Amino acid sequence: MPSTFLLRYGEIALKGQNQGFFLETLARNVARAVEDLGPSEVRLAFGRVLVSVEADPEAAAGRLRKVFGVVSFSRVRDVSLDLGTVTSEAVALAEEAVTRQPEIVTFKVDTRRAEKRFPLTSMETSSEVGRAIHERLPQLRARMRDPDLLVRIELRDRAYLSTKTIPGPGGLPYGTGGRALALVSGGIDSPVAAWYAARRGVVIIPVHFHSFPFTSERSKEKVVDLCRVLAQSTGPLDLWVVHFTEIQRAIQTQVKDALRVVVMRRMMMRVCDRLAPRLGALALVTGESLGQVASQTLESIAAINAATTLPVLRPLIGADKTEIMAQAEAIGTYAISIRPHEDCCSLFVPAHPRTQPSLDETQRAEAALDTDALVRDALARSERLRITRSGADPAAIGPVSDRRAEGTR
Amino acid sequence: MAEREIYLDNAATTKPHPAVVEAMTRALTQEFGNPSSLHHKGLAAERLVKDAREAVARTLDVAPEEIVFTSGGTESNTLAIRGVARLSKGRHIVTTAVEHSSVLTPIRRLAEEGYEVTELPVDGEGRVSPDRLAQALRADTILASVMAVNNELGTVQPLEAIGRVILGHAAGGRPVYFHVDAVQAWGKIPLRPKAWGVDLMSISGHKVHGPKGAGALYVRKGVRLAPLLGGGDQEGGIRPGTENVPGIAGLGAAASLLGADLSDVAGRMTDLRDRLRRAIAAIPEVRINTPDRGAAPHILNASFPGVRGETLLHRLEMDGIYTSTGSACHSHDPKPSHVLLAIGLPPDLCTSSLRFSLNRFTTSDEIDAAAAVVARAVADLRTLVR
Repeated sequence: MPSTFLLRYGEIALKGQNQGFFLETLARNVARAVEDLGPSEVRLAFGRVLVSVEADPEAAAGRLRKVFGVVSFSRVRDVSLDLGTVTSEAVALAEEAVTRQPEIVTFKVDTRRAEKRFPLTSMETSSEVGRAIHERLPQLRARMRDPDLLVRIELRDRAYLSTKTIPGPGGLPYGTGGRALALVSGGIDSPVAAWYAARRGVVIIPVHFHSFPFTSERSKEKVVDLCRVLAQSTGPLDLWVVHFTEIQRAIQTQVKDALRVVVMRRMMMRVCDRLAPRLGALALVTGESLGQVASQTLESIAAINAATTLPVLRPLIGADKTEIMAQAEAIGTYAISIRPHEDCCSLFVPAHPRTQPSLDETQRAEAALDTDALVRDALARSERLRITRSGADPAAIGPVSDRRAEGTR
Repeated sequence: MAEREIYLDNAATTKPHPAVVEAMTRALTQEFGNPSSLHHKGLAAERLVKDAREAVARTLDVAPEEIVFTSGGTESNTLAIRGVARLSKGRHIVTTAVEHSSVLTPIRRLAEEGYEVTELPVDGEGRVSPDRLAQALRADTILASVMAVNNELGTVQPLEAIGRVILGHAAGGRPVYFHVDAVQAWGKIPLRPKAWGVDLMSISGHKVHGPKGAGALYVRKGVRLAPLLGGGDQEGGIRPGTENVPGIAGLGAAASLLGADLSDVAGRMTDLRDRLRRAIAAIPEVRINTPDRGAAPHILNASFPGVRGETLLHRLEMDGIYTSTGSACHSHDPKPSHVLLAIGLPPDLCTSSLRFSLNRFTTSDEIDAAAAVVARAVADLRTLVR
């Protein structure tokens, strides 16, 4: 028997003429999230998304929990719009809940009547059903605030009943907000930043700067694993692994050490600035949080930002480290991020980086670098990986020459 | 990556020999029975285990009944240490500061449980002094655990002298059990547990072209051990659980390959290692950490000041050369190896060290090619860190 879920969305309801586009995208994303679990059907009905899937309900719920745009959802029983049927189904659900959790002593019935042809109002339906439940289960007392058991009834094309509401991630459907390159290191912050951008509907193209042999193959593996977690919400991602070694080498030998980090970040911006138009990306996403490290002071951010003309989105700009860590934990990236491998940033950090570099002195410090050639060369030697929730497939896309990348413009 | 691979990380693990793979394949595809089964299939599997036991026993010059198969070095060490402690009355254990973590950790865990532990210091070459060990022994000492060959430096411990000290001490009262972690020594130096008064000796298959997950513990006849696991009466009840027949067959095949020509093989490896040592020593500022004399034939440890071991390792990897660092480097916390610290190496030299380890099939061509790349890589990396 298929399990049916009723999904609630928030902000999309406020959209105007383009609401249809948001809803269709949401429905498509929901279908994709459960497609490999079993045959499924997704439809839009009366301000909700309904999904039936022939699969383990726990597994299906696990997937729905990650779909951007979903505010909350419930596994529902649907019955015909008839007071007698609705009441007996509600009583049955309450009995099941009490059998499962004998500690339940208070309950509440909450009805939403979207189908106004139903003979009773929401309030009347609630009290009618509540009375029936109390008759069958006299040990239960009605309580309006914080009941142990909440029986939700939604009267739409049919009646949908549930006793459990599971929170979704919120946000907007993935794919409704344009594209951006998300700079992803192996650290805690950048995957969280990418997740926040994706939650606002932005298609993210993760970009990782790899400096082998100065950083290990395992640090790349770590980024792949982080992207696999993000792919649970976004679907397949194209990870760009930029060959950053020669740029690091040039910085290390030609830039004075106090300014190396700022120059390195500027080089990353330049690489992205060149890559973005080819991939149709309109912005960059970084994990910067104001003042967290030397390269994240306002002065540093200004100097780094000046290397690109693209808008740089910084979803974590006002977050504290502990908040970011908690969010990483919630998304599922934290345990991967704390694996002990060098990321690109940590190895070349000088003992005393400048915290307030001016753009002027930074530009003087990097004057010796042939930035154009370095960026071109780094992109030509980059590779793309197709990342899904289950793994990475280099064969699907493989290394790309600069020319081939140009062709996709 | 490079077309040619030169694998110089044989102290970490070795490539399984074709004869090992064949023996294991046979055990997996044909003789797949349970040695405890009464029928013919069971008997055939039992024979594989018996042959392997004899092959392993021969390499140590001990009786087959004295070999207990385990899952490898870590289990053998833990079984020896905890197995002795459980059945002994005393409270004191002696070991060295340079043991492998699979010896130090079980012993430190016993310390948390109330045992007293003496970790003997070592000299600048990583060697423990038999005299110091003699001084450390007490009336309530139950166990002395000393490795045969240090896994990072290659230093050989004076086991024969230590064995004499322990026997002399025990002559007066209760016996002190002598455990030797011989995981890095097996197949590299002669091991004579009987002659040295060793009660327990750990070996592992995958360091000698055998399979991972298969090892053994020599348990001298008359030594009683408490098992770590509860179950059937396999391996004399000391190591219950259905035998890992494919692993044991592979271990047996690897043992047979060690053969009787150890001195030839060891001599050739020593020559190659010394060839590598000379080439590496010619690189400016290098410090060779492996002792000139009294080292196993397959290990060379060196520090390259100004270069991080991990970076050099990855740089060599680009040219197909596989090595190992003594330390696990974390991003902001390079944790120097306890062995290198114990021989008095300053922390910065510890984190710039690399271990090269040979196997008996390593060629002089490989050594020359590797040495040339190392020299080039060190020079290159030094230009980046001034």
